[in-house]
Formats: sequence, structure tokens, C-alpha cells
Amino acid sequence: MSNLFELLKQYRDPVLARRLIDRIRALAKRLEERVLIMHVCGTHEWTITHYGIRYVLPENIEVRAGPGCPVCILPAQDIDTVIDLALEERLSVIAYGDVSRARGTMGLSLEDARSLGLDLRIVYSLQDAITIAKRESNKRFLFFGVGFDTTCPSTAYMVLKGPPSNMMFYSCYRYVPPSVGWLLELKDLEIEGFITPGHSGTVTGMEPYKKYFDRNPKPMVFSGFEPIDVLISILMILRQIVKREYKIENEYTRSVRWEGNTIAMSTALRVFKLEEGLWRGIGVIEGSAFEFKEEFSSIDARRIYGLEKPLKEDYMPSGCRCADIIIGKTVPTECPLYMQACTPQRPIGPCMVSVEGTCRIWAEHRVLSQLLRH
Amino acid sequence: MNLPRRIKMEHGAGGSAMQQLLREVVLKRLGGMKAEVPLEELDDAGVYNGVVLSTDSYTVKPIFFPGGDIGRLAVAGTVNDILMIGGGPRALALAMVIEEGLEVEALERVLESVSKTAREAGVQVITGDTKVVERGALDKIVVTTTGIGFRHRLLDHNLRIVRRYREKLEFNWLLDRNLRPGDKIILTGYIGDHAIALLSVREGIGFKTSVESDVAPLNEVVERALEVGGVVAMKDPTRGGLANLLNEWAEKSGFGIKIYEERIPIRDEVRSACEYLGLDPLELGNEGKAVIAVVKEKAEEVLEAIRETKLGRNAEIIGEVVGEHDFVVMETVIGGLRVIPQPIGDPVPRIC
Repeated sequence: MSNLFELLKQYRDPVLARRLIDRIRALAKRLEERVLIMHVCGTHEWTITHYGIRYVLPENIEVRAGPGCPVCILPAQDIDTVIDLALEERLSVIAYGDVSRARGTMGLSLEDARSLGLDLRIVYSLQDAITIAKRESNKRFLFFGVGFDTTCPSTAYMVLKGPPSNMMFYSCYRYVPPSVGWLLELKDLEIEGFITPGHSGTVTGMEPYKKYFDRNPKPMVFSGFEPIDVLISILMILRQIVKREYKIENEYTRSVRWEGNTIAMSTALRVFKLEEGLWRGIGVIEGSAFEFKEEFSSIDARRIYGLEKPLKEDYMPSGCRCADIIIGKTVPTECPLYMQACTPQRPIGPCMVSVEGTCRIWAEHRVLSQLLRH
Repeated sequence: MNLPRRIKMEHGAGGSAMQQLLREVVLKRLGGMKAEVPLEELDDAGVYNGVVLSTDSYTVKPIFFPGGDIGRLAVAGTVNDILMIGGGPRALALAMVIEEGLEVEALERVLESVSKTAREAGVQVITGDTKVVERGALDKIVVTTTGIGFRHRLLDHNLRIVRRYREKLEFNWLLDRNLRPGDKIILTGYIGDHAIALLSVREGIGFKTSVESDVAPLNEVVERALEVGGVVAMKDPTRGGLANLLNEWAEKSGFGIKIYEERIPIRDEVRSACEYLGLDPLELGNEGKAVIAVVKEKAEEVLEAIRETKLGRNAEIIGEVVGEHDFVVMETVIGGLRVIPQPIGDPVPRIC
């Protein structure tokens, strides 16, 4: 533990940070226009907010959060479907804590559905879910699989090992690379560079991003999650912009490889296939949804009960600006509900629900617009 | 936020939930008495007719922990509360509610510790009460100490010094609301030790650490600070830690506070335990530290004096009171800025 901590300290070093900030400022001066950099990971947003990185960036450099939180982009219609299915078929639902607080199209969350008789179990890991299903073998369990490529492979591994016979799955897993491809096509938001996700990238590798980069070359830097990592990544992006030499680079060399974690990805793709999928606040993205292959029909709740996956525009509560916040078109403090009607204690929009949601992170850090810059 | 109809752990955890309970349930019924420092101040102690009075119940789990025990905690905690408002502690009442089945040897150890700590703090235990409840009605023992004190012999000297630098002095005791822009904030040593030491011996969490609780009476530190003079407020960062303390100061004074992450003394062991357990060291409770607000002209001098004491060797000036806003902000290690919100409650229950 202490060795790891020594390493961590280097990634939070004040002297190094100041030097990096100076270099970022020097580069920013050479760029007269405003530069918008986007990251697509809740953990990056946490680091940026927690260490006040926006505060030290030059006036013309802005870092915005994109779609980096699986609960935020989980279609509200899927929440409805799981609740209805579980109540009708008397299934016990197993979900992660954040998922259980996200609201469906009628404002009802899994947590709320408990008062309608829903048997909901909150778990911290898939292993806990299996333990519960094995222990209560007289009940039928539905595991609500929500997450990105970082969590999907462990589900796949468990499926291959053979899950308990009283357990089935509702997959809402999403594959991150196509979402960055989608953002690159976005016409009304000029994103100059991406801090690409280090965790997801560790699993998927950098390679899947190449086809999107080739189509729309923009700086992409895979980044770690300590403040020094993020500052270095911003510097790397600005260097590319100044030189007008765009490429896919890796700052997080202690974790990310070009080919990724091939064992994890091939495990995931033995069980799942990549199909089109709806992202809340965004729309349908090709090849972004992990769906069970036919041979696993017997544990796929959608197949078993003949459920349609949602592909039509998703619902957002009235007044809520999560749709724009998810894609980084705006920031939480611009939303009229932020910290008024919508708080971490009583979230309305999906970005206030999860600890990885932009609104939740800003709320917990009491981000107020006047503090963002000098 | 509406109060739920039942008491939750967070209502006793020293953060915003407890403040809300105090204001909405307690003060509605018990406020409005006339005293020099009345209940409404919700300060470390009350003052009536020149007598400083403070009381505290201790339910720490486990009752013996690295660096201390419930006996030392019960004496130091109440003594410190009297000191923090500018009082000189004199005498204590000690009440114990004991669970049936507690080993007499454990009780003896607790009382030995009470005796030793009382001597250290210069107070006498002059009255008490003992009750026993059936097994399971509480966890081993609950100790309550009530302390009285008089005006600290150096308080008026200290306030005379403050008056040199501040035109209008509208206070007579060291209250939370005394802060004004420009005042410097001194922290007397490492934070988080107490909570981490306790956690390290909790069932189900237990981990190896050399960190010990800092529980101690702060007489000497306070004495030296007041001797130099210029102190406007003092408070001990117990439940809810530094984050809660600074927010209470900001709220009661109406001024903002800016602190610097780099200057906050935190042991590496505490930092890494926090990293591992997902805790914020700023929210962890301490039992042998004080945060002292001093007029800026005397801050360095007070700091030097505190550093000469046994408990204040690692003291630092961690920030200052500011006038531009009324919340607590921290300059992070990388030079960024973030708000330090008031914790809802202490992340570690039953640490005192």
C-alpha cells in the first residue's frame, strides 16, 4: 500500500503541476482561438473538479465532460421495462446502487418500485449477485447489467463459467469507442481534442478508435486519472493542435496498450455481439450495445420475454438539461434545476444520480459558476 | 430537506444533519435563556455568570484503541471544549452508564486513565454517577463528563492584544463568529490520526497502521497561544473534522475561508488509508488538535509559540479568512480551487 502511495504522490506533485500549467499557458497563448477539449469518463470529471483543474487553465482552454457515465446514458425506457417485467413475472432484481436510483420515463426508479412490491437487491459486485442467487434458489433473479466495456467482460466471464440456473440478465452494456466516433461527427459542437478514457481504453485498447480518427482526425490522448496525468494529456493535446499534427497518443502508458486487454475483450465478444444501441441524451449509435449472442438466449431476459430494445428518442424530465450536459453542449450550472429542484439527495435528471454523473460530481463539490475561473 | 421522523446515525455525526436537528428540534424548545454565551451560539461551551460550562457523552467503539481509551477521551474532550471558548478548566463531573457484564478490570483501566488525564489537564473530578443497564441495552460503557471553568487567566491579555489590531471588538469570549477577513488560521498538527487509529481496530475493517489517536488535553497549546495574544477564535476539529469546523466558522461569522491543501499537515499513513478506504482526511475527527484564528499581525508569533509545545510541533498556518465570499475554499496541490462543503456527518461513526 505504501509503495503504491509513493507512486501516487508523484502524480500529485505541486512543483511538477506548476511546471505543466506554465507550459499549457505558453502553448495556449500561441492559440488565439478558444479550444474545447472533451473527456468521456466520470472519473476524469471527478479528478478535474476535485483538483480544480479548470481553475488553472488559461481563459481560452475549456475542458468539458462528455458521455462518461453508464447510468447517465442508460435509456429511461429500459428502467421501465425492468420494473414492469420484474413486477409481472415476480422476478427479484439485482442491480448496482446507482442504477437503482435512476428514474424511468414516469419518474419511477427501481428504488421507488420497492413500494409497489419490487424485490430489489443492491450489490457491489457481480460475485455478490451470484452468492444471493445461489443462496435463494427458490427465487428467480434478474441481473440488470449496466456499464461500459470495463464491466461487461466480467459478466461475460461469469456467463461462460455458468451462472446459477435461477439467474437471467438484462444487458444494457455499452461499448465506448463508437460514442467518441459519434461526438467527432457532431456538427454544432466544435471539439478540438479528446482526453480519451484510460479505464475503458485499458480494456478496448486504442486500436478501435483508429477508424473514427481516420474519418475525422482530431487529437486523442488516452489519459490516467491523477491530476498530473490530466495536465500532461491537456499539454499533449495542445501540442498537437499547435503543430497541426493530429494523432492518437497514450499518456496512460502504465495501463493502456494499443491492442488493449485482448483476453477481456475476446471474452466479452464470445458472449456478446455489438449492435446498435440507444444512449440516453444522445440517440442511437451503431455497434455500441453489447447484446447476447443467440446461443445465450436462455439467460437473456429480452429473448426469454420477447422484449424490444428501445431505439426511439428517450425521455428527459421537463426543464432538465441532462441531454445537453451528457454530450458536453452545456454545463450543470447552466441547468435551471441544478441544485434547485435537482440535488444529490433528490435527483431529477440522470446526471445527478450516479457518482460518475457530471451534475452529481459538481454538486458534491459545490461547483458554483463564479469559481470556475480567476 | 425535511427531518425524517426517526433519528439516524448522521444526526449525531457533527455535520449538517446534526446542525439541522439541533436547530429544528432542540433550540425550538431549549433556546431563549439569558446567558453570556447561550445555547443558541452552539459553541464549544456555554458561559453563565462567568462560569464556563460544557458537557459531552462518549460512546467510542472500541473503548480501548491505539493511543487512548474512553477515559482519556472523556476528560480531554470536555477540557478542550472549555479551553476553546477561552476558559480555564477546573473541575469535572463524571457519569458512567455501564453494560451488565463489563469486566471490572476494564472499568479500572478506564478510571486510571481518567485520573491520569485529569492530572495532566489540571482538573479534578469532584462528583459523579454510576448506573448499570442490562446486557445489550448499550455497548459496554457510555461516559459523560461535564466540566466547569472560569475565564482563562490569559484571555483578557489576549483580547487586549487583539484590540490593538482591531478597531471594534464586540466579543468577550473566543466565539466561532469572531472571525474577520485577514485573520490567519493555524492548525496545531496532523489531522485524521484519531479516526484512522480507531478504524484500524474496528471489526471487519481492521488494517495495520502505526497511526495512534491524538487524544490529549490542549492546555499547553492554548496557554502559549493566549500568552502571545491576538487569538480571536479557537475550535477543536472533532466530528466532521476540519471541513465541518471551517464551515461552521464561515457560517457563524458570515465570512469566507481559504485554505491551502499543501500546508495541511496530514501523515502519509493517514493519506494512504484514506485513499484506500475512500475517505476525505478533511472530514475525519481529531481529539487533540485545535484550529486557532489569529489576527494576521500576530499569526507568525503565535505559530512559533505553538510549535514549541509538545502537541503543537507540526502546527501550520493553513489559510485565512476572506471577504470576497462566504464559503470555504481550498487551493489544491496543483493550484486549482475547490469548495469544501460541510459534511453531512462524520464518515466514521462513534469515534468519540
